[in-house]
Amino acid sequence: MEWIKQPWPWYIAGPLIGLIVPALLIAGNKAFGISSALRHICAACIPANISFFKYDWRKESWNLFFVGGITIGAFITITFLSTNEPIDLNPQTIADLKAMGLTSFDELLPEDIFNWVNVGRPVGLVFFVLGGFLVGFGTRYAGGCTSGHAIMGLSTFQWPSLVATCCFMAGGFLVTHLAIPYLLKLL
Amino acid sequence: MKNVKYLVLGALFGLILIKAEVMSWFRIQEMFRLQAFHMYGVIGSAIATGALSVFLIKKFNIKTLSGEPIVIPVKKFTKGNIIGGLLFGFGWAITGACPGPLFAQVGAGFTVVLVTLASAIAGTWVYGLLKEKLPH
Repeated sequence: MEWIKQPWPWYIAGPLIGLIVPALLIAGNKAFGISSALRHICAACIPANISFFKYDWRKESWNLFFVGGITIGAFITITFLSTNEPIDLNPQTIADLKAMGLTSFDELLPEDIFNWVNVGRPVGLVFFVLGGFLVGFGTRYAGGCTSGHAIMGLSTFQWPSLVATCCFMAGGFLVTHLAIPYLLKLL
Repeated sequence: MKNVKYLVLGALFGLILIKAEVMSWFRIQEMFRLQAFHMYGVIGSAIATGALSVFLIKKFNIKTLSGEPIVIPVKKFTKGNIIGGLLFGFGWAITGACPGPLFAQVGAGFTVVLVTLASAIAGTWVYGLLKEKLPH
């Protein structure tokens, strides 16, 4: 039992994530991709007569069960199957983030940023509202996210997914190096 | 009931996202700062395993559980792959999460990420609203 409580190395976790691709295909011809769930939620709850949301989302409801499963699986894992020890990050990453003002490295997410008090502050507006908006708008505009393009798309050798994945990475590098040091000043 | 299998597969994915710490904001920072191989290893080996699986499915003509032939949807290139891709990359670095990990962060007890998730849904909605006016 002890091994399952430890964090898993990349060479265990990566192949297991890769196996979700054939698992979904064999289970019912479903293409791995999570961001579509956000579209189905819009179609189900706030279609507002927008043509992009006028389709039978119920036919795609497997995707909503899948993200529901992610939430439940994460809850069970963190509650019963984790050591709850700090992540084994590169000490340089910790030093760099400390220099930018972060103080807590005990959990999976920095408490300095991810707490309810920050929702009403400029830092919350940037990290939750703007960040979340970019994830939702960007993935739909790009036609997929890390699962749909980087994993499903690249596994099936589709060049639009290669373009999208390179842009995901480029965008991430740009913001991490040019914006994050300034955004953390909002703390 | 036919959706229970997707709930179970989702739960397994949620387990992996936590066990590999790939839903961690810190791990995403570490990746974009090129200070660890971890995330590159996860994504790279996931693609390799996925590609090998798809190759085997085609080679042995494997069918779905209900006996249908397996169809891989074809992705079409649009300018959105570039512009949307960059915008998502910005959001990925800020939130430390792609859509799957957002659900995992909420499940892991970071309830404030519900705000991020609501904003991601709003972002998707605004895309739907503006779709015809955006370059594709």
